[in-house]
Amino acid sequence: MTTLLEVDAIDVAYGDFRALHGITLTVAEGETLAVIGANGAGKSTLLKTIAGLLRPSAGQIRFDGHNVSHTPAHRRVREGIALTPEGRRIFASLTVEENLKVGAHGRRPGPWNLRTVYDAFPLLEELRTRRGAHLSGGEQQATAIGRALMSNPKLLLLDEVSLGLAPVVIADIYRALPTIAEKGTTVLVVEQDLTQALTVADRVQCLLEGRTVLEGAAAEVTREQVQAAYFGVDASEGREAG
Amino acid sequence: MSSTTSLARQDLATRDLKVVRGGWPSLAGGGVLAAIVVFLAAAPWFVFSPGDVTNLVTLFALIILGTTWNLMAGYGGLVSIGQQAYIGAGGYGVIKLADVVGLPIPVAVVAAGVVCALLAIPTSFLLFRLVGGYFAIGTWVVAEVFKLVTQELPGFGGGSGLSLTAFQGVDRVTRIATVYYLALALAVLVVLATYALMRSRVGLGLTAIRDDSVAAASLGVAVRRSQRLVYVAASGGAGLAGALIAVNGLRVSPDSMFSVQYTAFMIFIVVIGGLGTIEGPILGAVIFFALQQLLDSYGTWYLIALGAVAIAVVLLAPKGLWGLAARGRYEVFPVGHQVYPQGSPQVAKSVDFE
Amino acid sequence: MDWINAVLQGLLLGGQYALLACGLSLIFGVMRIVNLAHGVLAVASAYLAFWLVQLTGMPSFLTIAIVIPVLAAVGYAIQRGLFNKALRHGELSPLLVSFGLAVIGANLLQEIFTADSRKISIGDLSTSSVELGDLRIGVFSLITLVVAVAVIVGLQLYLSHTRIGRAMRATKDDPEAATLMGIDERHMYALATAIAIGTVALAGVFLGMSTQFSPTYGDLVLIFAFEAVIIGGLGSLWGTLLGGLVLGVAQTVGAQIDPAYGVLAGHLVFLVVLLFRPQGLLPKAVVA
Repeated sequence: MTTLLEVDAIDVAYGDFRALHGITLTVAEGETLAVIGANGAGKSTLLKTIAGLLRPSAGQIRFDGHNVSHTPAHRRVREGIALTPEGRRIFASLTVEENLKVGAHGRRPGPWNLRTVYDAFPLLEELRTRRGAHLSGGEQQATAIGRALMSNPKLLLLDEVSLGLAPVVIADIYRALPTIAEKGTTVLVVEQDLTQALTVADRVQCLLEGRTVLEGAAAEVTREQVQAAYFGVDASEGREAG
Repeated sequence: MSSTTSLARQDLATRDLKVVRGGWPSLAGGGVLAAIVVFLAAAPWFVFSPGDVTNLVTLFALIILGTTWNLMAGYGGLVSIGQQAYIGAGGYGVIKLADVVGLPIPVAVVAAGVVCALLAIPTSFLLFRLVGGYFAIGTWVVAEVFKLVTQELPGFGGGSGLSLTAFQGVDRVTRIATVYYLALALAVLVVLATYALMRSRVGLGLTAIRDDSVAAASLGVAVRRSQRLVYVAASGGAGLAGALIAVNGLRVSPDSMFSVQYTAFMIFIVVIGGLGTIEGPILGAVIFFALQQLLDSYGTWYLIALGAVAIAVVLLAPKGLWGLAARGRYEVFPVGHQVYPQGSPQVAKSVDFE
Repeated sequence: MDWINAVLQGLLLGGQYALLACGLSLIFGVMRIVNLAHGVLAVASAYLAFWLVQLTGMPSFLTIAIVIPVLAAVGYAIQRGLFNKALRHGELSPLLVSFGLAVIGANLLQEIFTADSRKISIGDLSTSSVELGDLRIGVFSLITLVVAVAVIVGLQLYLSHTRIGRAMRATKDDPEAATLMGIDERHMYALATAIAIGTVALAGVFLGMSTQFSPTYGDLVLIFAFEAVIIGGLGSLWGTLLGGLVLGVAQTVGAQIDPAYGVLAGHLVFLVVLLFRPQGLLPKAVVA
């Protein structure tokens, strides 16, 4: 498998606070990677940096074979990186369908269009004329994912899909993920919810306080290992990064 | 104060810390300023010509205008482009108070300022329905209304305006000296009053509003009330300045007194000097005054250059020339506090609370 | 009859105010910038058209084809070069920058064209009218009103139904999320300003054809445009149209009472709306 994304030893800081310390991560084309960790572990920072909203102070991000560290966020979308951001950030005054159309602003060709997004999330077709401001959390999340897909990304970054949603809604949304992977989209999921993350991911990488503490195939790591890494207790029992 | 006790309870080493407001550098700066004021007070006797003295009244009026506009925009977050409403009201007011009511000139000038502050109270209830840039243009509309109403009022001279007659029969030297000392005294008082206000509880709240009005509101700062106070005080200041301009020039007309040009001057003074500091507007007024004296013959090009400089300062040095010079560390008028470990007050810049 | 005529003339005048105001409304709607250089740009457009006619003898209406693109380019450059940078320093900075631009613009115009009043000649059109019973409707005022309505409808359709229009509204809602959609925020803002200043250019040329203008005339233009926007309701282009009409009627009816009260009556209606209906007559009716 060819490597699609290579994050090479990046440091990211907010002012004096260093949120990421030398994080390294690779995602192969077609696979689904789950990055997990507790609040404040640096997961959202990592995704924002990959999407171009934050600049690393050290290290490099390579996408599809070339360095994108200095490419602004809006150009990275055109190269095939899409992020559904923390908090979903639906355009409140736009309807669901307009939100989706804005997702296609970059006009990248690919399998995703209004029709295929509605097929993957039938709920959205029913809501197409509703304004973003009037959507529930789950509806917003589905819109956010659909909107990101409309840019026909090679790499889809999903930030905390489950945050603040009812379990049944989370299950609905995760049910759509295999469809996305089938169409050839590589997915990087960031999650606090271990169960969901482990079911959809091929590989898992666990962050703690801005460092990688555990890495492995989703099928091979045990729940206990992940939990230990997640909370930073007895990390020696888990397999150390490297 | 509860914050002090909670600090102590947390076992922070408060007894080892020294809280300093200003310190000797500020005292030195204050001393220099006091010396300048003394010099200005003595100057008319041996240095300046009557023409210079009249010009300096303009400088003092500009210091008042800059200081009070900064109080609104720099601390209160209220950008008004309509303070000429009160400059005009102050100008017309002082003439009516001196000529019709018969008040002595100094009393009339102060009373004109008070009248403007009172006018600002009902006006604020109207204007405070607008925020940000819309507040700005709203103030301008109010200024236009003031101007149009003044033109239409009987006894206000219509479009050609009024002349001050109370000075008739007073010899020129006495007249110029009266206005000069009045202007100097008022400029000093306005700056000191602004300083006192900023050191008070209200000032602390205003500094919080300047930095983040939403956060300030959530911490219990009465944002609207503080802003109203500042607006009323600044309008009184603009009235004083207008009254000084009127008694200095001896006549007023609607187009000159209610001119939006004054707003341009105030913005240049404050922005170039340094928004949100007490020193900035004084520095800005002096620079503006000097440029005006030097470049006035260039007319429009001078204003074009001022506009360009103001834009450049906003974009490249948002803290103004005072901000560039003092780098936020030095205050002639210390408003903030600095915390030092006991014993070495001028060495340490930050304190480790561990 | 005089009163009916005053109202009718007010509606026609209102068309001009609405046309002048929609650019102000658009820039505020998308970027939350109150552009104090708005009036000066309108007057500068009138001067540009005047100068083109003087220089080439071209028909007055044809100047629009040059003035609009030139001013739109100026708008793009102002946004890219100044406002976008100012926005990073908070909401005060764009206001101060636009004020600086207004001062520079008005004085530059004075330097180049002197303080004399000018008017763009439109020949017989300025006096021709249609009779409606006892009422006379100026043909040019009617054209202005029709153009104002057309511009507002056009802007509304553009914002609602085109790819760029959608992107503008998305950027207005959430600039950072918009960049995640591949939208270049700075470019989008500059496009919005270009379109807005393009409408200002059109309005300015029409203004120059209907009234005497001088370099400082921009002050009044800005105030009237602002009043139209607030009377109509912030963020609503239809509201801006209505606000322009209300302002026009207020001024002509005021002037009917006493010629000196025209402008004052407009200001007073504005203040009354502020007092009793600060959200404007048609708030949030449509996006923009």
